[in-house]
Amino acid sequence: MKPQVFDYARADTAQDAVERLAQTGADGRILAGGQSLMAVLNMRLAQPSVLIDISRTADLRYVRAADGYLAVGAAATQAEVEWRPTLDDEVPLLRQVFPFISHFQIRNKGTVCGSVAHADPSAELPLALALLDGQVVLRGRKRRRVLSANEFFQGMLMTARAADELVEEVRFPLAGPDQRAAFTEFSARHGDFAMASVGVLRDRKRIRLAVGGVSDRPVVRQWDDLPPDAWDAELNDLAWDLQAQDDHHASAQFRRHLVRRLGRQMLQRVSP
Amino acid sequence: MTALQDFASPETAHARTHVGRPAIRIEDTSILVGRGQYGDDAALKPGTLHAAVLRSPHAHARLLGIDTAAAMALPGVRAVLTGEDVRVWSRPFVVGVKQAMEHWSLAMDKVRYVGEPVAVVIAESRYLAEDGIDLLVARYDTLPVAVEIEQAMAPQAVVLHDAVGSNIVNERTFCYGDPDAAFEQADHCVSLTVKYPRNSCTPIEGAVVVAEYLSAEEGYDVASNFMGPFSLHTVMALALQVPGTHLRHRNFRDSGGSFGVKQAVFPYVVLMCLAARKAGAPVKWVEDRLEHLTAATSATGRLTTIQAAVRADGRILALSYDQVDDCGGYLRAPEPATFYRMHGCLTGAYDVPNLRVRNRIVLTNKMPTGLVRGFGGPQVYFALERLMQRIAVTLGLDLPTLYRRNFIGRDAFPYRAAAGALLDSGDYHAALEKIEIHGGLAELYARRDAARAQGRLYGIGFAAIVEPSISNMGYITAVLPKEARAKAGPKNGAIATATVAIDPLGGVSVVVASAPAGQGHRTVCAQVVADVFGLSPEQIVVNVDFDTQKDAWSVAAGNYSSRFAGAVAGAVHLAAEKLRGKLAVIAAQALACEPAEVVFRDGRAQVGEDAQRVTPFARMAAGPHWAPGLLPPGVAPGLRETAFWSPPQLTPPDEQDRVNTSAAYGFVMDVCAIEIDRDTGRIHIDRYVTAHDAGRILNPALADGQIRGAFAQGLGAALMEEFRYGEDGSFQSGTFADYLVPTTCEVPEPLILHQETPSPFTPLGAKGLGEGNNMSTPVCMANAVADALNACEVVLPLTPSRVMTMIGMDDPAPSRPLQGASAAGGGKASGAGKALSAAGEVRLSAPPQAVFDVMLDPQALARVIPGCNALQRIGDNRYRADVTVGVGMIKARYAAEVALSDLDPPHGLRLSGSGLSSVGSAKGSGMVRLEAAADGGTLLRYDYEAEVSGKVAAVGGRMLDGAARIVLGQLFEQLGRQAGGQPASAGLSWWRRLLRRLGGRQ
Repeated sequence: MKPQVFDYARADTAQDAVERLAQTGADGRILAGGQSLMAVLNMRLAQPSVLIDISRTADLRYVRAADGYLAVGAAATQAEVEWRPTLDDEVPLLRQVFPFISHFQIRNKGTVCGSVAHADPSAELPLALALLDGQVVLRGRKRRRVLSANEFFQGMLMTARAADELVEEVRFPLAGPDQRAAFTEFSARHGDFAMASVGVLRDRKRIRLAVGGVSDRPVVRQWDDLPPDAWDAELNDLAWDLQAQDDHHASAQFRRHLVRRLGRQMLQRVSP
Repeated sequence: MTALQDFASPETAHARTHVGRPAIRIEDTSILVGRGQYGDDAALKPGTLHAAVLRSPHAHARLLGIDTAAAMALPGVRAVLTGEDVRVWSRPFVVGVKQAMEHWSLAMDKVRYVGEPVAVVIAESRYLAEDGIDLLVARYDTLPVAVEIEQAMAPQAVVLHDAVGSNIVNERTFCYGDPDAAFEQADHCVSLTVKYPRNSCTPIEGAVVVAEYLSAEEGYDVASNFMGPFSLHTVMALALQVPGTHLRHRNFRDSGGSFGVKQAVFPYVVLMCLAARKAGAPVKWVEDRLEHLTAATSATGRLTTIQAAVRADGRILALSYDQVDDCGGYLRAPEPATFYRMHGCLTGAYDVPNLRVRNRIVLTNKMPTGLVRGFGGPQVYFALERLMQRIAVTLGLDLPTLYRRNFIGRDAFPYRAAAGALLDSGDYHAALEKIEIHGGLAELYARRDAARAQGRLYGIGFAAIVEPSISNMGYITAVLPKEARAKAGPKNGAIATATVAIDPLGGVSVVVASAPAGQGHRTVCAQVVADVFGLSPEQIVVNVDFDTQKDAWSVAAGNYSSRFAGAVAGAVHLAAEKLRGKLAVIAAQALACEPAEVVFRDGRAQVGEDAQRVTPFARMAAGPHWAPGLLPPGVAPGLRETAFWSPPQLTPPDEQDRVNTSAAYGFVMDVCAIEIDRDTGRIHIDRYVTAHDAGRILNPALADGQIRGAFAQGLGAALMEEFRYGEDGSFQSGTFADYLVPTTCEVPEPLILHQETPSPFTPLGAKGLGEGNNMSTPVCMANAVADALNACEVVLPLTPSRVMTMIGMDDPAPSRPLQGASAAGGGKASGAGKALSAAGEVRLSAPPQAVFDVMLDPQALARVIPGCNALQRIGDNRYRADVTVGVGMIKARYAAEVALSDLDPPHGLRLSGSGLSSVGSAKGSGMVRLEAAADGGTLLRYDYEAEVSGKVAAVGGRMLDGAARIVLGQLFEQLGRQAGGQPASAGLSWWRRLLRRLGGRQ
């Protein structure tokens, strides 16, 4: 459990980071909080030749509400968002999501952008971003592009990020006054990878429901209206659409069951 | 919850004693401030090298050879130890049964479990050693596997040890009393078949070994966290072909936990000795978590069919056990002790005169088993106490009534159990009463009634167990028929040793060969000795740095079978008393009294209660160092006494195969009340009560700490812990995200009750209590679930998924065809301990012949195989390939072989591949069928099976299925493209991209 040799470079600015990334391409990895990367390196499941550390890059360490979004820079930790005093008003869903993300020690180091970039199918932040229909800002050496969460997440650990791009910022839409949010997940122990997680958003115009931990990425459904007598049928179809797999923690049937039960609980929680 | 305890208050009986008080541990200060001295902290000699171990990715394979050249060429790598060296310098480990099986410290001609050591790289740092491991090329020829017990026992099973000819390496039957008659007479025969899973206790610190080869004359010098039993020291010395005196073994000062598991360090002591010899320098090896979980040790898996002959009133007349132990790839010492530790007390807490036992030992392609806290107890009681619950249900009795009708009577002690255990003391009926009253049993029944009236799932479980401590070193010989035992010579006893000495300033020190792992042995030894000399514990120095060349020890030394309180602390007491006897003679001379009149109290020696005739302890005790000539006549110089103690009750197995397997037998009774969430299958513990009778309690705080720790581990075994293997024998629990242990969030505080019935057989009346809840809690929880769900079959661990399956889930079909189903073609994939497999279909725009041609064209095939760096033809439709496979950032480079077979142009073929990388092995085979579609394109149907083993399977189980699908998707994507498809568009899912590229429809 010792990594292979790699070079370590500390980026002083975001531009510095993407310049270095442009040089190294697929052989380079961004190191932010390291909460997934370091374990993978120690097990030698990844062999980057260069780690570009952005954790002390001042111009990436920000969390700000502007232009309808809560924008989180690549060096901002999950704890920095979690303990933002105005988070309840800005993105109330996140307030419910954070306690489920592993343990506080990990949130103190782990970054929001890092979790999104890693795209673990069981991770909570990708689900929140997809449910909120948020955005991911990708920055290359010469250009920036902004993708919707739906465009960004492409499968298990797979995203639309090109090898020379940095996930510079993640944008969570600010909640409107009529938004109601609910989130829960089921795991064997507190802080474990979710066997299933369900988030729901409801406002005057629509109901959105997202499921994590079952498919290869967070899956979102949206309805203009969803009367309670339609819940079971819709949730059941969704549960099947996710094509759950058996693994040694839970059977596919159990995962479908969780989607139905947790989905119902969350829909109930946001109902007027 | 507050513990209700029966300890005499300090003001009364024990007013002046330290034993019996909840003294704070003297070990804690340094540990809590980060100054513990664990194995990895030990200072190293300059020039010490570091070892890493190459481990088998296969569960069963012939080992054809290892190419070490590339590793040796790496700067910093000093040596590579292989089986050839091991064969020259050592011998196979001694095995407990007579069979033609060889177990060496490295695999020789075969590997028999995933994680088996194959070679050792010795380098200037651990990093370099691991780099070297990645450069070793081991060649294997894989063999069929025998993973499950039933599979290994089947007549057509592949045999692990060819010379044995069977995987059943030992079978013994035993009969006590007249069980046949009892079963004939009984009103009921209640039977049950249960399985106890493979699990462990996962200490925070893994194995650490620092070994040096001194010379042919001096042998080996080792420091490790091996914890005993030191009978295994002889196994190590014999393996190294040196006299025991030439294998010096020392323990580190602190241990990061053991729980029995550190017993399994011993093969690595031998391995690192050989590595040091090969490298010509001291070698350090620290086991990492992946190595520990994959290959250290496991509790023995057991399949038991148990039957009881029961009278209508609930009285059990006879028990019958048919037990099969899964000991893994090798029968490693001290196995088959999992069976025989418990043999004498198989009738548990019950007065059952008739007993039938059949024990079979089976080898499987899994890691070898060994001591894991509770050792044998969890396996036996999971069967016996589940059966008690079934008997209660069958007869319509409540458990307390059934217990009362069968418990050994309070006047029957010492009680000789059917199979030979001499149960020393106890009052099981009183403990039951205590749990009924203080555990609030009536209230729990009322809560159950109320919950059930509301349709909630509430259950109450019980377990009553006898907890053996201080193992008889002769019990293992019960595996031999009596003729073989006679030939080998009788073995028995359990020698404990302790040395107490006084230094020239009158300071008292204690040395014990107990190899503790954080239990607080130093604290308790100090309490015991302080009482003997009338000192305070702070004045006693206790050294537990066990050195086999300097300390008094014997084969039973070490930290296992709950032997500390009864045996080791008892020996400390005896040694201190011996020294006190000598001091009393010396003091009597100074105080002008008879030795019998001397009282040691408050740091002084005095004559009876006469406070005027006093001498300070330190001065009096130091005197003989400075003026041995003034010693009273007949008193030899020297203030150092060693006591050896072995309980005479531990006799060898007798002619009828009866054996008193342990010196002392405590009692544990648990009750738990649980509620199960109907929505999720989650078990919520409403109350857990655990009542213990471990004889005299030496330190109640440490005793409760032991109980809490064992309870947490028992809970883990009940709810989440299991080593999982795939059908191919791949190990799938290589991280703490895969092998789940309870954390503080999951462990409620149990209500602990105590009762003290001193043992008449141990010096202090104490018995062990550290393993009881490992034995009682798993089955108590299982019984509660059985009660809540009215279930007969309960399988551990009781994961929510499993419990929900027991409850039953509605799983209505979807109202419409699945979205994406056309992509997967109703493809079904499954990874739960099975091979990864899937079937499906895709549509390609090119015609079948074009698709077929692509697969037969090596250049095109090189572009179709995902991540193919190079493809070299090695035969007809056979290729050697260099392939980088992965998802996201996770990537591994495989040396692979690819083959096309079953060619049926242009209708189909089989595409197979197998590969080996530094992160493990993979193989897959898929049938590809091509049908002409109406639009001129091709309908491609596939059906594949893949197996992934080694590190990737151990740590990536959660993602393997998805990863296999991605790699497969990449393959068909390229196939379509090479046959004339369309370019991909960004921003879509891989499946959609795939389909679009292949001209698929949605």
